[in-house]
Amino acid sequence: MDWLTRFPHMDDDTLRVLKKSIDEGFRGFTRAYGDSIEGFFQPLQYFLIQSERFMTNTPWPIILLLIAAIAWFATRSWRIVISSVVTLLVIGYFDMWDDTMKTISMILVCTILSIVLGIPIGIAMSRSDRLQSWINPILDIMQTMPSFVYLIPVVMLLGIGKVPGLIAVVIYAIPPMIRLTNLGIRQVDRDVLEAADAFGSSSWQKLKNVQMPLALPTIMAGINQTIMMALAMVVIASMIGVQGLGQPVLKAIANQYFTLGVFNGLAIVGIAIVFDRISQAYGKRLQRHLEVIHG
Amino acid sequence: MAEPQKNAENGIHIRNLYKIFGHGAAGYVDMVKKGMTKAELNEKHGHVLGLKDINIDMPGGDIFVIMGLSGSGKSTLIRHINRLIDPTAGEVLVGDADVVKMNPRELRDFRRHKTAMVFQKFALLPHRNVLENTVYGLEVQGVPRARQVESAMRWIERVGLKGFEQKYPNQLSGGMQQRVGLARALTNDAPILLMDEAFSALDPLIRMDMQSVLLDLQKEIKKTIVFITHDLDEALRLGDRVAILRDGEVIQQGTAQDIVLNPADGYIANFVKEVNRGRVIRLDAVMAPINAGAQPASVRAHADTTLDEAATMLTKAGQTELSVVNGNGEQIGRLDLQRIISAMVTPAAGN
Ligand SMILES: Nc1ncnc2c1ncn2[C@@H]1O[C@H](COP(=O)(O)OP(=O)(O)OP(=O)(O)O)[C@@H](O)[C@H]1O
Ligand SMILES: [Mg+2]
Repeated sequence: MDWLTRFPHMDDDTLRVLKKSIDEGFRGFTRAYGDSIEGFFQPLQYFLIQSERFMTNTPWPIILLLIAAIAWFATRSWRIVISSVVTLLVIGYFDMWDDTMKTISMILVCTILSIVLGIPIGIAMSRSDRLQSWINPILDIMQTMPSFVYLIPVVMLLGIGKVPGLIAVVIYAIPPMIRLTNLGIRQVDRDVLEAADAFGSSSWQKLKNVQMPLALPTIMAGINQTIMMALAMVVIASMIGVQGLGQPVLKAIANQYFTLGVFNGLAIVGIAIVFDRISQAYGKRLQRHLEVIHG
Repeated sequence: MAEPQKNAENGIHIRNLYKIFGHGAAGYVDMVKKGMTKAELNEKHGHVLGLKDINIDMPGGDIFVIMGLSGSGKSTLIRHINRLIDPTAGEVLVGDADVVKMNPRELRDFRRHKTAMVFQKFALLPHRNVLENTVYGLEVQGVPRARQVESAMRWIERVGLKGFEQKYPNQLSGGMQQRVGLARALTNDAPILLMDEAFSALDPLIRMDMQSVLLDLQKEIKKTIVFITHDLDEALRLGDRVAILRDGEVIQQGTAQDIVLNPADGYIANFVKEVNRGRVIRLDAVMAPINAGAQPASVRAHADTTLDEAATMLTKAGQTELSVVNGNGEQIGRLDLQRIISAMVTPAAGN
């Protein structure tokens, strides 16, 4: 009756050999191609450094003004502008300005990268049911896999630093971008597409004139979610060397510095709320014309 | 008539057209050809018979009206002309070209330059205002912006929407949206106009006005217009020829008068029962032969005159009988008020 109480599993030695040979294989791959892969990601490194330099070297009043201006143009709401500025002032007052700038810089680059990669993938996915049925499970895996796990191959390949952190964050944060682009385009009214066809639109004209503009509010919701997920991942990515608000949190956990942890945690929450309000209000503004319903 | 060559190029000829909705539709055409009905096909195989053996000739430069009850296949038929729907079998010839055989590029050019369509459900671009909706066809063609706007503004004004250029579709009433769809199609200035219940959401006054727009347009530039309507009076006012569909089949086609006077079956007789016959029937269809000995009546009317007009003429002149004359002024028949009135009211009077 042994097999009933203990799950019959692969014999220990075989399992060890299996794991070992996969590890060996991957290590071999890393040894052989690690350098060229690192070279491939070099431009990202440059991009990251430039962005971080800009955020940390620019005098803080200018950054504050910049963020206020973005908030104003995106939302046209004084309430959001003022609360954004106040949040940042408080963060700065508690001496977390530099870390916050590093985190914002990281989020910025991650979001841009997710948009640049995610939108074309989403568009391709919306055009082919086959592709959709392939990509969807991959996205599911990317989202449900505990994020620590895929730090491992990234670190093995690229070591510790900004770029591996960036890649880990993008893998974690890109699925909503892809999903919602796909969804937004698939939701476009069939009748409207038919009209575009009837006037002889090419598929590029249809995409540009009809599908993308009508999917834009949904795509904005995707961007919003991507930003939120990137923020959540930034703390975890600090384990592999991403600087910013995550590092102090990590230190706080290791040394049981309660207040340090809470302050930095609240700072992350603060910028999350700021980004969320700004991008949501912008998304709403994009669909203004859909809301004015004739009585 | 002035340019028969040009018009022949825009004539539409539909040959043996079948459309079956569902998977592997091609396999069912033979069954339908052997006489399976729409109901049987749906019951046994779960496929919808959209169109069955359609043969229609729409001469270039004419207004051709398609009528039929809801679900009879009118929208399906009109969508075959610019191939928004691919047929299961058959040909759609426009001039010499078979639309069904066009490759994607040819089809796109055909749609851009040869056709414009007004949709039953309007199908406006919700994120574009009236002006931007109206220029859409020309924009797709790559016409310079100034010309797009000039042309669009002219038609926006003509359909009575001047001042609304900057409004979004959701800010307009149904009838206004439909007129935007109309302006969008007319701005395209294509030789073939496909109009799927293009006036259905309009109030009677604007509707009459839009009918006049079409008729005026026809006087200046002869387009081939395919017009779907539920309104028989509208069909008769606009249509040079009319086809009536039932369950995806054409059950009668001909001039308006043909159909009113000689309905092919009970379905059509029912359809035409309510029509204003006085405006459709012309004198030569109901006149009596010349009465050899008698003096010709002093009121003279051309054979093409409608009963309505003839009755008005008689009433004005205070007479009860008129002479029907042909183009050369020779008398070819006679009609008295009694006969005119009975032709206007009783279906049997036409025979
Ligand atoms: N994509 C489709 N798939 C299956 N059946 C369809 C499809 N499109 C149309 N049909 C069927 O074809 C028939 C004709 O539809 P169609 O829209 O052409 O009718 P219609 O004459 O335009 O009616 P209405 O006056 O209500 O607009 C209907 O029975 C409809 O259910
Ligand atoms: Mg219809």
